[in-house]
Amino acid sequence: MAESSKKVLFGLYNDEEDLKSAVSTARKDHLDIMDVLTPFPVHGLDPVLGLKESRLHYLGFIYGTIGAIFGFGFMSWAVVNDWPIVFGGKPYWPVPSYIPITFEMTVLFAAWGMTITFYTVCGMWPGVQAKVLDNRITDDKFCLAFDVTETPETEVGSLQAFFSKTGAAEVHVKTI
Amino acid sequence: MSQPVSPIRHVLIEGNKSYHNITEDLTIPTEKAPSREWIIAFALAAAFLGLYVFAVCWTIWKGIGSWNLNRTVNWGWDITNFVWWIGIGHAGTLISAILLIFRQRWRTGVNRAAEAMTIFAVICAGQFPLIHMGRLWLAFFIFPFPNTRGPLWPNFNSPLLWDVFAISTYFSVSLLFWYTGLVPDLATVRDRAVGFRRKMYDMVSFGWTGSAKHWQRHEALSLVLAGISTPLVLSVHTIVSFDFATSVIPGWHTTIFPPYFVAGAIFSGFAMVQTLMVITRKVLKLEHYITLNHIESMNKVIVLTGTIVGVAYLTELFIAWYSGYIYEQFAFYNRVFGIYWWAYFGMMFCNVVSPQLFWSKKIRRSIWWTFFLSIVVNIGMWFERFVIIATTLARDYLPSSWSYYSPSWVEISLFTGSIGLFFFCYLIFTRVAPVVAIAEIKAILKVAGNQYIGPEARSKAHGHHAPAPKVKGEQTED
Repeated sequence: MAESSKKVLFGLYNDEEDLKSAVSTARKDHLDIMDVLTPFPVHGLDPVLGLKESRLHYLGFIYGTIGAIFGFGFMSWAVVNDWPIVFGGKPYWPVPSYIPITFEMTVLFAAWGMTITFYTVCGMWPGVQAKVLDNRITDDKFCLAFDVTETPETEVGSLQAFFSKTGAAEVHVKTI
Repeated sequence: MSQPVSPIRHVLIEGNKSYHNITEDLTIPTEKAPSREWIIAFALAAAFLGLYVFAVCWTIWKGIGSWNLNRTVNWGWDITNFVWWIGIGHAGTLISAILLIFRQRWRTGVNRAAEAMTIFAVICAGQFPLIHMGRLWLAFFIFPFPNTRGPLWPNFNSPLLWDVFAISTYFSVSLLFWYTGLVPDLATVRDRAVGFRRKMYDMVSFGWTGSAKHWQRHEALSLVLAGISTPLVLSVHTIVSFDFATSVIPGWHTTIFPPYFVAGAIFSGFAMVQTLMVITRKVLKLEHYITLNHIESMNKVIVLTGTIVGVAYLTELFIAWYSGYIYEQFAFYNRVFGIYWWAYFGMMFCNVVSPQLFWSKKIRRSIWWTFFLSIVVNIGMWFERFVIIATTLARDYLPSSWSYYSPSWVEISLFTGSIGLFFFCYLIFTRVAPVVAIAEIKAILKVAGNQYIGPEARSKAHGHHAPAPKVKGEQTED
């Protein structure tokens, strides 16, 4: 997928409110939106765009649980099974003093697990070349993009009309 | 933004900024040649870093004997510096995590720099226990790894080992949090750059495009990282305090230590943030983003935590008296009136008395007072750790082994040098990455910009009012 190039028709809006109304119009018209790109997280955009809530935090919980079990389990195994030593006359398996490390391992696993998952599902890694449609999208332009690789000319024309109707400041075509 | 805006909200972005203005103002410091002030500061920091490297080499070559520690006082400036730096680091996480959860919008002006400060402070802190080990090349023994001695595992009951886990977790999680927040802003820098610079920023911005789905996941990730960093930051200083509290030394063996250390950490951390911000906003001309309202908010945190610390100091004294236990009473009598009385009174003055000046609104909003008092608090918090460590050890169980400790030139160089290390890192950071979170500032513009709220408001953020007069000529230019 990364290899095939796409022809993208996109409109740039000057304000996030214009973008939001354009997105809801596009959804009403059953247009197939490829992506919406913004310089900052626009609140209220996700429901308009019909994005489901991210499930990343469920994964965070699972990773954290794995960390807790791993930390606690490892410590228990090391001092109960592998090399039992009496420290300061305390029991072989002093559960309360495992709480700090178990907690730290929970946090460590949850944070790393979630972050790695985030970058992986977004296809983001060091050195990945960004497919930049317009340099101003990370500055002050709000972008609504359609994939027009296989779209017939007549429909492209109606998309152009859609952009002018919804108040896009600029409309461009770019192959990425 | 369709959120209701309270009329009592403070203006957090001044100067009628448009989105484009924000991008320009915040990325330009990374684009233009460094100013003369920056070069002088960097040279100075590099010189102190050199001193630090020299002192570390000296310590490793000659051994810990080059320090003035003795058998009675076996923790001195080294552990004092360690606790001091770790405490300073806490403000960054507090600002970025706890204030995110409490939806304090003023955090956006200072969070990026404060998180960077956290990372550099933890780097400085981590050095001291390692150097103190003496045989630095065996430092990996602290980690549980399969070894040929059994394998023999470290003592999981030891608070010193908990510290290893707490601090390495804290460092790596803070780094993830900071960098993930930075990625969209690095993409902004990338999209303004050309040539080699663009390639470099392309590499470090991980291919960020600003897709709505990515933003959604980014926000979910940030929120959860904030959620888990909050107990993490509290646990880190709690565990640092366990290094003392779980011992059986009178003066250390107290249950008040965890909350008292955490409050002290936030206190000293905010003081360091103030020191940095007052300079940064001036040198990088960010007065419109790090406003007096930000500074005042942080000063309020300082007066609160300073007072908590003061209450803790007095509680310690009261409990020592109330315990009816003469060794405990002696430990605290000695702390106040013993050989290190000057450190105790220095601490009391700097940490408890001086921040009370912030009850005055005039002082809270004065740059010079803020800067001066932030330095005073930093000194006071260093004294606090010194008082806890050195006065307690110098008068231990056997009067025959009572002793006095003052640092050697190596220890003084390590401390001043670590400040050089800290500023060295921070100054590089101000050159390569935006010191204020660009995307987060843009996201609050319509609820915190001075053209939308406050006495000078000229336009409404809501769509159904008269259309917002476009500020400056940005929108028509392109």
